[in-house]
Amino acid sequence: MSDPAANVTNVTPTLVHANGLTKHFGSFEAVRGIDVEVSKGEAFGFLGPNGAGKSSTMRMVSCVSPRTGGDLRVLGLDPDTDGPRIRARIGVVPQQDNLDTELTVRQNLQVYGRYFGLSRAAVRERAVELMDFAQLTDRADAEVEPLSGGMKRRLTIARSLVNDPDLLLLDEPTTGLDPQARHLLWDRLFRLKQSGVTLIITTHYMDEAEQLCDRLVVMDGGRIAAEGSPSELIRRYSTKEVLELRFPPGEQSADEVRDLAERVEVLPDRVLLYTPDGDAALAAVHARGVRPVSSLVRRSTLEDVFLRLTGRTLVD
Amino acid sequence: MSAHVVGSWRAALIAVEHHWTWYRRNWRATVISNFLQPVLFLLAMGIGFGSQVREGAATGGYPYLVFLAPALLVVTAVQNAMFESTWVVFSAFKWQRTYLATVSTPVTPAQVLNGQLLWIALRLAAGTAVFLGIAVALGAITSPSAVLAVPFATLAGMAFSAPVVAYSATREKPDSFNAIFRFLLLPMTLFTGAFFPLAQLPGWVHPLAWLTPVWHGIELARGATFGTLRLLPALGHVAYLSALLALGVVLGRRYFHRRLAV
Repeated sequence: MSDPAANVTNVTPTLVHANGLTKHFGSFEAVRGIDVEVSKGEAFGFLGPNGAGKSSTMRMVSCVSPRTGGDLRVLGLDPDTDGPRIRARIGVVPQQDNLDTELTVRQNLQVYGRYFGLSRAAVRERAVELMDFAQLTDRADAEVEPLSGGMKRRLTIARSLVNDPDLLLLDEPTTGLDPQARHLLWDRLFRLKQSGVTLIITTHYMDEAEQLCDRLVVMDGGRIAAEGSPSELIRRYSTKEVLELRFPPGEQSADEVRDLAERVEVLPDRVLLYTPDGDAALAAVHARGVRPVSSLVRRSTLEDVFLRLTGRTLVD
Repeated sequence: MSAHVVGSWRAALIAVEHHWTWYRRNWRATVISNFLQPVLFLLAMGIGFGSQVREGAATGGYPYLVFLAPALLVVTAVQNAMFESTWVVFSAFKWQRTYLATVSTPVTPAQVLNGQLLWIALRLAAGTAVFLGIAVALGAITSPSAVLAVPFATLAGMAFSAPVVAYSATREKPDSFNAIFRFLLLPMTLFTGAFFPLAQLPGWVHPLAWLTPVWHGIELARGATFGTLRLLPALGHVAYLSALLALGVVLGRRYFHRRLAV
């Protein structure tokens, strides 16, 4: 047997540990017993449709919402008894911006930093660094209210970093932003990840999850439906490639091609064939005399996994 | 020094600093309601209307302006408390959601409440102090002991503010604030002895007036200004106002926690 102390140094510390975690609002069960482990340095994602329990989970981990049941440890501490100590070391980007819109960009950062016990001199210095990081320096002394959605989002993220957190929680960081703003945000988040900040992200954008997350869970109805890295999940729940056949509305049929793929899905305007080899499947389709309006062979994405696991029905 | 948990009083002071940061940018918008309006009242009622009022038993033997000034100090404090305790608090929960941002820091909901109440108290104290200065300049106040009216008016304002802040923390919509203004604040300022003695009103009104913080505040402020305040009644008034304030704080803690830690 080896020395247990020697083993400890090899283990990456667990920053978040949840076991059978539940959250009820009255009779509504938002989170129905989930197990999650997030290690230091990881970028971890919660994916799921609206109402899946992502935000409720995030709020419990942020130590602003008490859990209903189960076990939860954040940075090794219990949020029920050590909420303030945990919050001192984490950064939170809520789903809805809650900036002080009547203050300037700089004042938002300084005021927020003061709540973490930082001195006036320290928050002054920190605000300058963070405005640079968030590309807001030229707006430093502008009021927040008239800023664009992307700028406000960047400011919210900058503000969440004011205490130099060990763990950053981002609840739908890019929802509602235009593509330029999203890519800029992703770049900033990627830099944070490179600098060793542990990230937990909720999103319902699959490209965002694939870009940012090392590991993720798909949540549905308050439970975890699947867990793994993006590529693992694609391997496990989808095929390597997808052949999309587009037909005029109403004229499509899956019956003639059903046996050509591992799984076939019929959408109003398309038929999707999940197959390891899209080109071979397309050749077979043509050989049968089926003539779609257009066809497309693509790699499987997380979106295919997501829709398979959580269904195509609208949930809200 | 890196980020850490601050003590409870420190947290409230940082919240005050936050409000002060806002105030420094936006104080101009508050000048009219906080300072100009009470001064206009003092001019219109005290000097204009007051010129038609004879000094007598009803005015404690003083000119009407002098009779009115210390009471108007209390009325002003309570009126200023109204806006700060309703719309401002509601917005911080619902529109700006700044409270939600604050409780993501090491600060707790109870500390957010403490900071808000401390800020309101400072606003009321500063507002009444400025008003006192103007009243002195207008010759409405001559007695040095009128300085005591400032803390008394602030206490009365807070005895109103704290329960209203607690109430505001339970609101999902701001609809009822106008009703508070019309059916609580307005009668409370008109019929509690500020503009004429309570004795002029029918007997059944008196117990209602005694329930209001304004009446107790006016008794204290006038008593201090005219040197008629006796210890026992003074303690009674202060105790009643403190009890209202304490009730507001207890309820506020409960409702802030319920609203911010869900």
